[in-house]
Amino acid sequence: MKKTVLQLIILGLLLVSCKEEGQYASIPQQKVPDMVDYNFDVRPILSDKCFNCHGPDANKRSADLRLDTPEGAYKALKDSDKEFAIVPKNVEKSMVYQRITAKDSSDLMPPLDSNLKLTQYEIKVLKKWIEQGAVYEPHWAFIPVKKPEIPEVPSDWVSNEIDHFILGKLEEVGLEPNEIADKERLLKRVALDITGLPPSPEMREKFVQNDAPDAYEQIVDELLGSVHYGEKMASHWLDVARYADSHGFQNDQLRTMWPWRDWVIHAFNENYSYEKFVTYQLAGDLMPKKNMETILATGFNRNHKINQEGGIIEEEFRIENVTDRTNTFGKAFLGLTLECAKCHDHKYDPISQKDYFNTFAFFDKVIHRPKSMGEVLAEPPLITITDEVIDKELPFINKKEPEDVDVMVIEEKPDIRTTHVLNRGVYDDKGEIVEPSPPEAVMKFDTLVYERNRLGLTKWLFDERNPLTSRVFVNRVWQEIFGEGIVRSSGDFGMQGDLPTHIGLLNWLSADFMENGWDMKRLVKQIVMSSTYKQSSVVSNEKLTIDPDNRYLSRMSRLRFNAEMIRDHALATSGLLNPEIGGRSVKVYQPDGIWEAASSGRGILANYVQDHGEDLYRRGIYVFIKRTTLPPVQLTFDAATRDQCEVKRQSTMTPLQALIALNDPTILEASRVLSERLIQEESSFDEKIEAAFVRILCRSIKPQEKEMLVGYYHDQEKAFASDKQKARDFIEVGEYPILEDRDEVKVAALMQIIHTIYNLEETIVKG
Amino acid sequence: MDKEVVEHYLNTNRRHFLGKMAMGMGGVALGSLLMPDLLSGKKAAEEQLPLGLKHFAAKAKRIILLVQNGAPSQLESFDYKPKLNDMFGQELPPSIRGNQKLTGMTAGQKSFPLVGSKFSFKQYGESGTWVSELFPNIAKITDDICMIKSMHTDAINHDPALTFMQTGAQVGNRPSIGSWFSYGLGSENQNLPAYCVLLSKGKGNGQGVYSKLWSNGFLDSSHQGVQLSASEDPILYLNDPKGMDRETRRKMLDHLAAMNQLGYDEFGDPEIPAKIKQYEMAFRMQTAVPEITDVSKEPDHIKKLYGPDCMVPGTYAANCLLARKLSESGVRFVQLYHQGWDQHNNLVSEIKGQAKDVDMASAALITDLKQRGLLDETLVIWSGEFGRTNYCQGKLTKDNYGRDHHPRCFSIFLAGGGVKAGLSYGKTDELGYNIVESPVHIHDLHATIMHLMGLDHEKLTYKHLGRRFRLTDVHGHVVKDIIA
Repeated sequence: MKKTVLQLIILGLLLVSCKEEGQYASIPQQKVPDMVDYNFDVRPILSDKCFNCHGPDANKRSADLRLDTPEGAYKALKDSDKEFAIVPKNVEKSMVYQRITAKDSSDLMPPLDSNLKLTQYEIKVLKKWIEQGAVYEPHWAFIPVKKPEIPEVPSDWVSNEIDHFILGKLEEVGLEPNEIADKERLLKRVALDITGLPPSPEMREKFVQNDAPDAYEQIVDELLGSVHYGEKMASHWLDVARYADSHGFQNDQLRTMWPWRDWVIHAFNENYSYEKFVTYQLAGDLMPKKNMETILATGFNRNHKINQEGGIIEEEFRIENVTDRTNTFGKAFLGLTLECAKCHDHKYDPISQKDYFNTFAFFDKVIHRPKSMGEVLAEPPLITITDEVIDKELPFINKKEPEDVDVMVIEEKPDIRTTHVLNRGVYDDKGEIVEPSPPEAVMKFDTLVYERNRLGLTKWLFDERNPLTSRVFVNRVWQEIFGEGIVRSSGDFGMQGDLPTHIGLLNWLSADFMENGWDMKRLVKQIVMSSTYKQSSVVSNEKLTIDPDNRYLSRMSRLRFNAEMIRDHALATSGLLNPEIGGRSVKVYQPDGIWEAASSGRGILANYVQDHGEDLYRRGIYVFIKRTTLPPVQLTFDAATRDQCEVKRQSTMTPLQALIALNDPTILEASRVLSERLIQEESSFDEKIEAAFVRILCRSIKPQEKEMLVGYYHDQEKAFASDKQKARDFIEVGEYPILEDRDEVKVAALMQIIHTIYNLEETIVKG
Repeated sequence: MDKEVVEHYLNTNRRHFLGKMAMGMGGVALGSLLMPDLLSGKKAAEEQLPLGLKHFAAKAKRIILLVQNGAPSQLESFDYKPKLNDMFGQELPPSIRGNQKLTGMTAGQKSFPLVGSKFSFKQYGESGTWVSELFPNIAKITDDICMIKSMHTDAINHDPALTFMQTGAQVGNRPSIGSWFSYGLGSENQNLPAYCVLLSKGKGNGQGVYSKLWSNGFLDSSHQGVQLSASEDPILYLNDPKGMDRETRRKMLDHLAAMNQLGYDEFGDPEIPAKIKQYEMAFRMQTAVPEITDVSKEPDHIKKLYGPDCMVPGTYAANCLLARKLSESGVRFVQLYHQGWDQHNNLVSEIKGQAKDVDMASAALITDLKQRGLLDETLVIWSGEFGRTNYCQGKLTKDNYGRDHHPRCFSIFLAGGGVKAGLSYGKTDELGYNIVESPVHIHDLHATIMHLMGLDHEKLTYKHLGRRFRLTDVHGHVVKDIIA
């Protein structure tokens, strides 16, 4: 019997594992489309399975054959001028087809030792494509954005244009969207998406009572007007900008880039256009009307790690820093994996090694002063933030300490050095000289229009003909709200990236974003006002089976809070939150010895010196990030490592997360403090439990839930009453002063119930 | 069973700790397959093993990597160069140095006087392996180990070199070697992480370690190395808070499960039952981990074997003993870091302390595994991140000297797990500067380790940002000569 069970398991696993699941497979039952589309059906296969040897990289090309261009594919083969890789409309004569279906394994393509294999489905697609004429088209993401027609969908479900595209596709695949979510859950979702904080009970009450047709829009506007909007938006931008409070590398010294972080929050709250926001950061030092603010913003390009190790070769790490800036530029703004072209031509995308170093040249012309002896908080070039500067020019910087703060910035010197291609990417192996210009394949860099410096680069980026800038940003805003982008590989819009699930929608939103002056708040509002966003997250078995990944958005995805939100939620709902904006980063509760165990023992950050008082209750975005020893709670909940530019976090589930939710003093203290506050209210215990539940879950309690929790409370009260020392021990957590003259048994019992509520699955989910 | 297979299918889009630890058609641990609990997760590596091949029969099942952080000198440990003593104070011939770059610390040095080991060497065992007097216990087990004297690397500074050794790349957020094994082979124990990390420090010049060294990189974060600490909480947040006993905790979990079930009834989201399971696993870990990390119940002869330090939490010796216990319990990859080997100056006095810290316990670990019959299936690796120069850094006197970083050669040793015992492999020139025979690059070491674990380093790949990444990048050759 046991054996049978095992066989069944293995069979089951094999069945699952044999089910081919290419990342581009958009239709659950893979049926070869009637009209094969090069970009959507064919190119992913060629790119994934063929271009490695028959693609853009000239150095690695086999048999002088390239399949990424029609010229390459249609011309005669190197070994025989009578044979052709692809003969449009003639499968028999197309050697590609013959080789991918070869019986003889020595003829088979891809070759066995490549570890690549075409599936039957893929072979059928290639066959049909050749039969239909083997037509090549440019990569979709490199075609300038054109605003498409809005699909007609006769339905009263739609709220705005977004829904037309979503519903159109749902109809194609035979799925129905969900109903709009109930008001309470919708409010929790939208409050977290816009401000990163749960709605207050007052806000919830107001919204639930408001029957006006535009009640939801009123709330959205209120949330967008909150100062916490800037913090929420900044939280993602800090990942992109690899912001941290230490330099990285061995001694991992303190750095003081936080005034730059305060600027980011300010810029979002002031709703700078995306163009202004990025121009300041990339080229604030080169703007004709530069000022302290625009220069401060250039700190973006100094957020990379800096190696202060004694034995480093200065030039090697200068190149490393310029490389980081170049790669960040590629990933953050163009959604391209430029870094792949540092050592050789890009294997999949039309970016040559020379293109890479042309782009690199923009970031190479900046001053790099050899580091001073010893470890410094800010290596030049830098600006010094004094109280006077703050008063006059930078009022948004939250500096409470009397000392001035140095912030690293960028300073250009056009003729400082010539930039070379670095052969194989090695820092001192110089090849030909290159001039600044971005990858031609994206868009031509017309030097009559753009200066050959970072300001010109920024203008090129924001030229409406640039096919990537708007798409990449719109996609990431979408991703932060829906959990996944319209292009899921939000850091790779290249040939190997995922194709958009809704290309029309992406194009429409991108065009609309540009037409409306790159207005970020407007974009966020547009998305959260859609019915697609507002629908409930209930999922049926049918939907799980047809669309397990929720690519078609026939429901809202249930998304776990990110690391910062988990902290902020506990602090906010317990009333502990210190809502202060900006300032130096804070060191909150953390188990003893973590920094000490890993540190070299040198520098200011060798030992962890925890903050106290109000600083303990700052939002997650302000938690101190030491690069070599990341804050453990954040790390466990998938926060970015800030090692390099990251545009998408993972969302995992591990037992280590459960241990944190169960035992981290932050959550326990929140439970205790909320318990104490409720104990002081004039209400019955049933009411206190209900109040706690409503605060934490942001919705009303169901009778069954209430019954369970009330029963549990009485049980706990009895248990603690029989062992008062336990109750005293239990409530003694955190530095927040313990309520005097309290009934410790009641506080402990209610605290246990509240702690249980904090641990519910739904609590930290945007449902 | 049907239900679970269905559930498994429904969950295929989900990142899931247990599943990721257990699955992977490339090398599914059958032991895990028998545990139905492990079935509810996402399939992992099969997609990444395009031909669905099981690579090889594995010789080793588990790895213990003893990182000697800071780079111990090969010239005072295992690579005997009497010629250097003969040539004391003479200049390193430029022809030997060739185009080797120097670190910023000795780049300005005008003279590069050769210096030999202050410590004497002898040959030990039937194998006749050379070992210095600093390592008397390792000297006793030479017939169980495979010494490689021809290791070399690309990096000359600590962070890049350690990162290279750990991830196969000097920079960038690549997965650590332990994460690759967690991903490729999963865990043998459902109550423990597949990849555990233990830290200790000697009194020598410390270099710091970085959590990125055990990072999962672009792999799922369930493959991240879990740092076990010497504190009361061997795993962070493992202990229940004060005033909470096990029974109370159990009740809490029961209430959580019941209430979460209500949520599942409403939403039908498979994440919800998965979360219930995560809490159950956390609960089991709370019992299982302290049992394993408690070394106090070890019998006296074991305590004696590892030395008195093994009862002092946070020491290298204690970590070696803990490593054996974890490995024995099925942890796929245990990694120790011992800081303090960076002897730029005062090498003579500092290296004594460092060697004393690790000699007895390193040997004890191998002996202990052997007497338990576990050495055959456990691969132990003892290694720094690069070597040290044959010339003096700083002031050379008769009694004292220092050595700078040297990437061109260093010595490491392996034991168990299918490597040839009693072998000394590779040779450096008589001045101990360049390799003259059988060089082994870091990529080759990685390829070989994977091979011993039954994985083909060219086939264990993960697709990220459009590219299939491997631990060995596009390099690496299995060193067949050292495989038994």
